[in-house]
Amino acid sequence: MKPKSLRKRKFLNLASEVFSLCAIAVAVSAMAIILATVAYQGWHALSLDFLLRRSAPYGAQGGIGNAILGTIAITLGASVVAIPLALLAGIYLSEYAHGKLACLLRFSANVLMGVPSILVGLFIYTAVVVPTGHFSGMAGSLALSILMFPMILRTTEEILRMVPNSLRESALALGMSRPRAILGIVCRSAAPGLLTGILMAVARVSGETAPLLFTALFADSWLTGYFTQPTPSLPVLITEYTTNSPFASMHAAGWGASLAVMTLVLAINLSTRIFLGRKVR
Amino acid sequence: MKRSDFLFRLLCLLCAALAAAILGALLFQMTAASLDAWKRFGLAFLFSSQWDPAAEEYGALVPLAGTLLTTGIALLLAVPPAFAAANFLLDAPKGLAAILGNAIDLLAAIPSVIYGMWGLFVLAPFLQQHIQPFLADTLGLGRFSLFGAEYNGFGLLTAGLILALMILPFLCATMRDVLQMTPPVLREAAYGMGCTKREVTRDVVIPYGFRGLLGSIFIGLGRALGETMAVLFVIGNMMELPKGLFGSTTTIAATLANNFAEAEGLQRSALFALGVTLLAISLLIQVAVQLLLRKPAAEKR
Repeated sequence: MKPKSLRKRKFLNLASEVFSLCAIAVAVSAMAIILATVAYQGWHALSLDFLLRRSAPYGAQGGIGNAILGTIAITLGASVVAIPLALLAGIYLSEYAHGKLACLLRFSANVLMGVPSILVGLFIYTAVVVPTGHFSGMAGSLALSILMFPMILRTTEEILRMVPNSLRESALALGMSRPRAILGIVCRSAAPGLLTGILMAVARVSGETAPLLFTALFADSWLTGYFTQPTPSLPVLITEYTTNSPFASMHAAGWGASLAVMTLVLAINLSTRIFLGRKVR
Repeated sequence: MKRSDFLFRLLCLLCAALAAAILGALLFQMTAASLDAWKRFGLAFLFSSQWDPAAEEYGALVPLAGTLLTTGIALLLAVPPAFAAANFLLDAPKGLAAILGNAIDLLAAIPSVIYGMWGLFVLAPFLQQHIQPFLADTLGLGRFSLFGAEYNGFGLLTAGLILALMILPFLCATMRDVLQMTPPVLREAAYGMGCTKREVTRDVVIPYGFRGLLGSIFIGLGRALGETMAVLFVIGNMMELPKGLFGSTTTIAATLANNFAEAEGLQRSALFALGVTLLAISLLIQVAVQLLLRKPAAEKR
């Protein structure tokens, strides 16, 4: 092999370093611009009144209070459905499952995680909205819970696997039943990790829009019927106000709502990181 | 085995089986709902660029092409900087790496609707007023059909850019995790032999983590393909094949978001057929990811 000259190698190295730094600078500054725009524009729209008032059609003084409540209700509903199921499923995959079945289920969970979220919305539309006859916050929650389920399942499984086997063995050796050993010892020792996984999933879905478009829909009212009425949410409000409206005041409200969603998502993320201090994806 | 043990195990199994059940139900329901369209148009549905509700003629070519093109542009734009940033984080000083790493993880969590809104109000007007006139008129690229002479800020290029920005932090975070798995001994040995950083990256880090890197690119690909909101705002939403990079078009997800609410009968079935197409593509990608990320058999033993 013919050796390359040192000068050429050094030059190539320098060129790729420069490219790296430029790439990072461009990426970081683009991100900073996005965050700064949302913060700047949103800050002008935000006021206590804006946060507490319900949204209104153009002309009336509106806010995003109902959308905030709706987002909380829909996300909570999704969490109530998805968290216990996903935790148990994760326990099964890490503690009980062996062989082909486990592979199949793990594979399905991974694939489910990659299903585009708008298709989950279509699915819930035909499976829930059409049979019950109305758009509802509950349908939105179900759509989000389908998104949450595989996320929490995977993190639960991964985290339980990191618990050393000696813990399981000592619990069983003390005469604990398998379920008690799992719930009382294994899960408890992994609790911070499990909580991190759950909170990350909650943060992820609370900003989801596409699955809510045909399930929870939108409404300018307060939460009048979570189970039977269209329910407003922040992401859908942003979509409605920016794509379907030519009015600057609506756009400003959209920025305000964006800042609210971003704050919500980042606050969950940051506090999880700070208080639980474990990294999970 | 005690009865409570058995019951608990059964309960857990049922919950885990939900994953397969939901996936199965999703596949079944989407296929069933799109059956009318498949019967009427057959596989030609995928290659027809017609979308005419009045004549009841539907084809998937336009949204399918839009989806693939935007995703392709996004990956082309996002993968090199994501890799460069991940590679930089690998050797960056501890404090800087921690700050940048956390920032990237946080950015990956920002909801896509915010990217969409930013694209609509900031990026699209900026491109229209400054970048596109420069590219099309000053540089004369408008003469080439690759770009197209008409521009309005919306279209393929804008959508690709927004998608690239959206998947960049995510790609960077997963790539960093892959790169961190390279045993330090290997890299140090290469440095010890006098390799430059570029050579270590090219000859040690990339080959070692190749499957993982490809896997994370594919996951990013899956995200970009199925993304609705970030694209919906800036793609232009025109049911026509794009006239170059500046041209407006649509994607499968955007078509669904725009038309599903008002569609009935055959059109709804055709929309579900679009959904099935998207689902099939993302399933294929997920299968590829699983195969790529599965540990080689030798390593497991």
